[in-house]
Amino acid sequence: MEQTLETTLIVNGTSVTRRIPARQHLIDFLREELGLTGSHVGCEHGVCGTCTVRVDGKIVRGCLMLAVQADGRRVDTIEGLSDSGELAELQEAFHRRNALQCGYCTPGMLIAAQELVANEPGASRERIREHLSGNYCRCTGYQAIVDAIEDVLKK
Amino acid sequence: MKAPPFAYARARNLAEVFELLAAHGDGAKLLAGGQSLIATLNMRLSSPQLLIDITRLTQLSGIEVRDGRVRIGALTTHAEIERSPEIRKHLPLLAQAAPHIAHAAIRNVGTFGGSIALADPAAEWPACCVALDAQFVIAGKTGARRVAARDFFRGLYATALRPDEVLTHIEIAVPGPEYRSAFVELAQRRGDYAIVGLAAVAKCARGVLSDLRLAFLGVGPVPVLARGAMAAMEGKRAAADTIAAAMKALAKDIDPAPDLYSSAATKMQLARVLTGRALAALAA
Repeated sequence: MEQTLETTLIVNGTSVTRRIPARQHLIDFLREELGLTGSHVGCEHGVCGTCTVRVDGKIVRGCLMLAVQADGRRVDTIEGLSDSGELAELQEAFHRRNALQCGYCTPGMLIAAQELVANEPGASRERIREHLSGNYCRCTGYQAIVDAIEDVLKK
Repeated sequence: MKAPPFAYARARNLAEVFELLAAHGDGAKLLAGGQSLIATLNMRLSSPQLLIDITRLTQLSGIEVRDGRVRIGALTTHAEIERSPEIRKHLPLLAQAAPHIAHAAIRNVGTFGGSIALADPAAEWPACCVALDAQFVIAGKTGARRVAARDFFRGLYATALRPDEVLTHIEIAVPGPEYRSAFVELAQRRGDYAIVGLAAVAKCARGVLSDLRLAFLGVGPVPVLARGAMAAMEGKRAAADTIAAAMKALAKDIDPAPDLYSSAATKMQLARVLTGRALAALAA
């Protein structure tokens, strides 16, 4: 039985093939093998949400998926989603509303928030809070984050 | 922390899964959504030699309504259930419970069957399956068998699944049009593990509740049917006095253990409160 597996993923639109240890989770692979350090590692057991990335268009916990499980799948990180301009409105609103202080949670927050913006344009403040319940911020108290997302939803 | 080393095999069909399970015995673990398993690996609470990834077995995924039954593949994700129009129409209890399961990113990956097979005492799906009297389809090398949800959960993280078997489907009879359901839960924060939760189903005719099922989560090692409270309410109109009687009867049905945040008495009180809310919602 192989402990490392040849794995091919599409990361931010580029095909990447590497031999990956089975035990390495996706976020470590992205950060340590590919140098995509925009997504952060926090609790490593699925609670804090700072490792949020997209796999096949859906947000996932990067620490709760093995990199080898992403074989053949499309992975989008904050780097790709930022460069594509998809997050531009949210980024601008976070800036304007002062919705970040230390910034550690921000990449995860933006990717999680974008899923709500894309799927539920009429989301209420309560729905924003529910949707972000899996993303911890220890600085802002969330109010400014909810304000920023609400601004984008109201546009 | 990081997971300890293990081998990984991506199964292409069930035969391969059974072969690997037979060869590796207790050293192998099935990887479905992995939203609990990978967390326990990262924390080194378990150290399997082999993970058998079953997520590419597409025949174990999807929702099908046929002959008055809903058949849900074990690999159907929480989010798929949450958004399914068929589920909303035929099994609204599941649509009501889904938003309580963890967070959006976890619901996108975690599976219905995985939650049932793990049998976490605070999980939503096991209690829903007990309330809806679901049947679990379990495949083994020599064929499939069915186990009723009410016989499946045996103890803390213990189920009727044998180590060489795979839960493949969940089947639930569509309740008649006169049935209603309610799912209520209390947690420290949205998406946290339930302190207490309740899945409730009943026939409701002009405010009178019958064939009532109240299945609690978080009050014992397995989902608990509150038979005393159910009997107290059976065939009665939901009103302040009948609901109070059902809440009182609950004392003999459940005996919750304290957890880190709530004493046994607190959990008992919260269970009573949820009973009142669920019964009022069923009759509303």
